Amino acid sequence: MNGAQDLGGMMGFGPVAPEHEEPIFHAEWERRALGVTLAIGGARLWPGDANRFIRESLPPAEYLSKSYYDIWITALAKMLERKGFVSAEELVAGQALSPGKPLPKVLRADEVASTLALGSRYDRPAPAPARFAAGDKVLTKVINPATHTRLPRYARGKFGVVEAVHGAHVFPDTNAHGLGESPQWLYTVRFEAKHIWGEDADPSLTISIDAFEPYLDPA
Amino acid sequence: MSDDDHDHDHSEMSEVAARVRALETLLTEKGYIDPAAVDALIETYESKIGPRNGARVVARAWSDLDFLDRLRRDATAAIAELGFSGRQGEHMVAVENGPDRHNLVVCTLCSCYPWPVLGLPPVWYKSPAYRSQAVIAPRDVLKQFGVELPETTQIRVWDSTAEIRYLVIPERPKGTEGWSEERLAELVSRDSMIGAGLARLPEATT
Repeated sequence: MNGAQDLGGMMGFGPVAPEHEEPIFHAEWERRALGVTLAIGGARLWPGDANRFIRESLPPAEYLSKSYYDIWITALAKMLERKGFVSAEELVAGQALSPGKPLPKVLRADEVASTLALGSRYDRPAPAPARFAAGDKVLTKVINPATHTRLPRYARGKFGVVEAVHGAHVFPDTNAHGLGESPQWLYTVRFEAKHIWGEDADPSLTISIDAFEPYLDPA
Repeated sequence: MSDDDHDHDHSEMSEVAARVRALETLLTEKGYIDPAAVDALIETYESKIGPRNGARVVARAWSDLDFLDRLRRDATAAIAELGFSGRQGEHMVAVENGPDRHNLVVCTLCSCYPWPVLGLPPVWYKSPAYRSQAVIAPRDVLKQFGVELPETTQIRVWDSTAEIRYLVIPERPKGTEGWSEERLAELVSRDSMIGAGLARLPEATT
């Protein structure tokens, strides 16, 4: 969706302002926000793509004014309510008003190290031969779905070259919405800056995205 | 930071701090999370998984041509040789900086970052300022990190739009011939592995 998360090429946010000797967390609540978010992730109640969609669905003014862990925790609360795991009343009360639903699994402390080390791979058996190979010229599609997509606005309708073929991966555009993993070939597509930003662009700059096959047409 | 700033931060944070605490309590009471697991997750990223991991990968790549070759062919497997794998690093690609080419990594759409080798992303990496500028004005971004590259250096920005995660291998500083991997790793900053910085010079660590 064309939400506030899609930031590439926007202007006016000021300097990056890296923090010298930045701490890992800036407040105790950030530590807990990370831990709670990952712990719920460990229960595998919905895919990470659905988390991304609910975060980017926050109203732009809210998305841009919240710190990142606040975006996470706000989205997590919304998702738990939407999926019926907690009620709005419980979120306000900060306590359970009815027993929890049975979960397929609850992440335990002694499983944390092995679960993190394993991760969850996103590559899948390919449903069909790859349509493109390294070196192929492509044109990215012009799409504006109200649903989740990982094709950023700045890279839509642009000429590029396939640089790498990564195999078939879980397709976020369907997976985020409970429509299945629908694996698609994934490519690194490289663009010359002038094809994205115009003739005044830095001639020494190239940009790449990782693009799923449905985002691409032959050029 | 002045005392006023501190007070301001504190009062602003207390609302969200209360929300986080309420959510954690609720989810614990519901039986959805194990508080001990939450503690273990925090501890992992506070003390076990961080940019020292990535620095070891870079130091090995600088020292061992066979390892570098494996890193180029299958970075996920090569990095796993050092014991680093898993969440947010399932599909790794290593990209090498050199005299003629500089790589910079961003996630314009969220905050994708190679956790097993770099730990949690810093605030600036997740900020609208970085995510917006990196793809259109990377040289301006680099200047904000104190890095000025020759105009002839080709710049490549990698926008992490899928589940591939990128690790930049910074250029090995001159004057480090014969150094051990442990010593070399001291030169490898987190920012240099994102492409927002360069490796430290040898004199910086002596």
